[in-house]
Amino acid sequence: MGEILQYTWGAIVSFVLAFFVGITYMGLSRIVTARVQNRIGPPWYQNFFDVFKLFSKDTSIHHGIMHHMGPAFMMVTAVMSLLIIPIFNGGSFFTNLNFHGDLIFLIYIMVFGPLGMALGAGQTGNPNSAIGVTRGLSQIVGFEIPWVMALVALMIQYKTTSIVDLMNIQAETGKWLMFTSPFAFIAAVLAMLGMFRYAPFDIVGAPQELASGPMSENGGKYLFVMMSSGAVFAFAKLTLYVDIFMGGANNLIILVVKTFILYMIPVLYGIVSPRYRTEQSVRFFWGWPTLFGLLAILQAAFL
Amino acid sequence: MINDKNSQKIVDIIRNYARKHSLWILAYGTGCGAIELPPTMTSRYDAERLGVRGAATPRQADLLLITGYLTTKSLKRVIRVYEQMQDPKYVIGFGSCTINGGMYWDSYNTIKALDRYLPVDVYINGCMPRPEAVLSGFAKLQELIQDGKANGAKEYKENLKWYRDNQKKVITNWKMPEYNW
Ligand code: SF4
Repeated sequence: MGEILQYTWGAIVSFVLAFFVGITYMGLSRIVTARVQNRIGPPWYQNFFDVFKLFSKDTSIHHGIMHHMGPAFMMVTAVMSLLIIPIFNGGSFFTNLNFHGDLIFLIYIMVFGPLGMALGAGQTGNPNSAIGVTRGLSQIVGFEIPWVMALVALMIQYKTTSIVDLMNIQAETGKWLMFTSPFAFIAAVLAMLGMFRYAPFDIVGAPQELASGPMSENGGKYLFVMMSSGAVFAFAKLTLYVDIFMGGANNLIILVVKTFILYMIPVLYGIVSPRYRTEQSVRFFWGWPTLFGLLAILQAAFL
Repeated sequence: MINDKNSQKIVDIIRNYARKHSLWILAYGTGCGAIELPPTMTSRYDAERLGVRGAATPRQADLLLITGYLTTKSLKRVIRVYEQMQDPKYVIGFGSCTINGGMYWDSYNTIKALDRYLPVDVYINGCMPRPEAVLSGFAKLQELIQDGKANGAKEYKENLKWYRDNQKKVITNWKMPEYNW
């Protein structure tokens, strides 16, 4: 009984933490973008206003059941991956539902949300949504390859499929995996550019050509769910990167610093980039990132 | 407790505060005014400071900008767009063309007074209003929202018949879905 209560509390606390940190990061990235464009930009808490306003809007859109479920799928994915990824090193409170083989589970669960969203967007019948979905799925095919290669390299090298084991290895040897398996880290970071969908890989929701793509029929509370799940999912992914490549974090400040540095990679790369076409984006991921993924596997197998 | 008047008032104040600081605009680029929006949004005037931000589709937008004269042909599209937006929603009319027809006062194919067809919350006068004027219009709308006076959408629902009659008078080939809120 006590264990279940502890798990529940851990889940709630980590969700609230992920929500606040994720939304704050979104606001900060807007400030960074504004400064680069020589503007002042909104305050850092602007996205809290946006989220709250979206939540308090009326919603009278009905396109069918799948359309209602689409954003919920995104939320489910975000929360599930958050609960599996350990937030702190050896933190008994936050050690959530991880188990052996959770890295493999994560590979599957991370595409579950976009797929559910694709079904939902398909039911709206909006042509922009359909184009956005095809673009998004092609892009997933692009960046999943280097990403899975990086993870497989880690699995081969350390003979484990558990995130906690990888963190323990780093804690024991005192070396971060980003230095002991540099190729895997490079491939994973390049794949992250696609995962976060900042420019030049924002081909899915391109506002100017697709009118925000899959979410073009979603306003009000749907958008609220999508924005908050995006924030939680971003936090979960960044924490995963910190866990498996950068030695995890012992307290909140270290975690925030590390995740923020990682988060700035796609943001800064995006600010100075225009937008790719779909085939350019897929070609990008099947070029250098995949090569680094191959090198990582070779290094893991033969060194 | 939840439903009594005072707590509802507090909720409204918080909600209006968030709404006023987060206006997502949908610029329906009619007339000459669409060209005033890029300088309003970019580095010189930077409307994002006030929480104003572009929305991609009517479903996501809070604020519809009618930026100048409206031909009867585009009025039909504007009505569709306005009715697809989600409550609470606001309309700003730009320039003298939306107020009284401006220099198109005797034109056969533009409408003269926008508020006979859509409920307008704020007018910005000028031909064309400069970005400073546009910003002051946003500020005025924010004031109205905070005071709970930006009730255009409610008015539209209450007087739907009057608006519909006016709209049908100028749009002769009326083939639109009938809504029943
Ligand atoms: S008010 Fe003047 S600038 Fe604006 S649409 Fe009319 S003619 Fe053009």
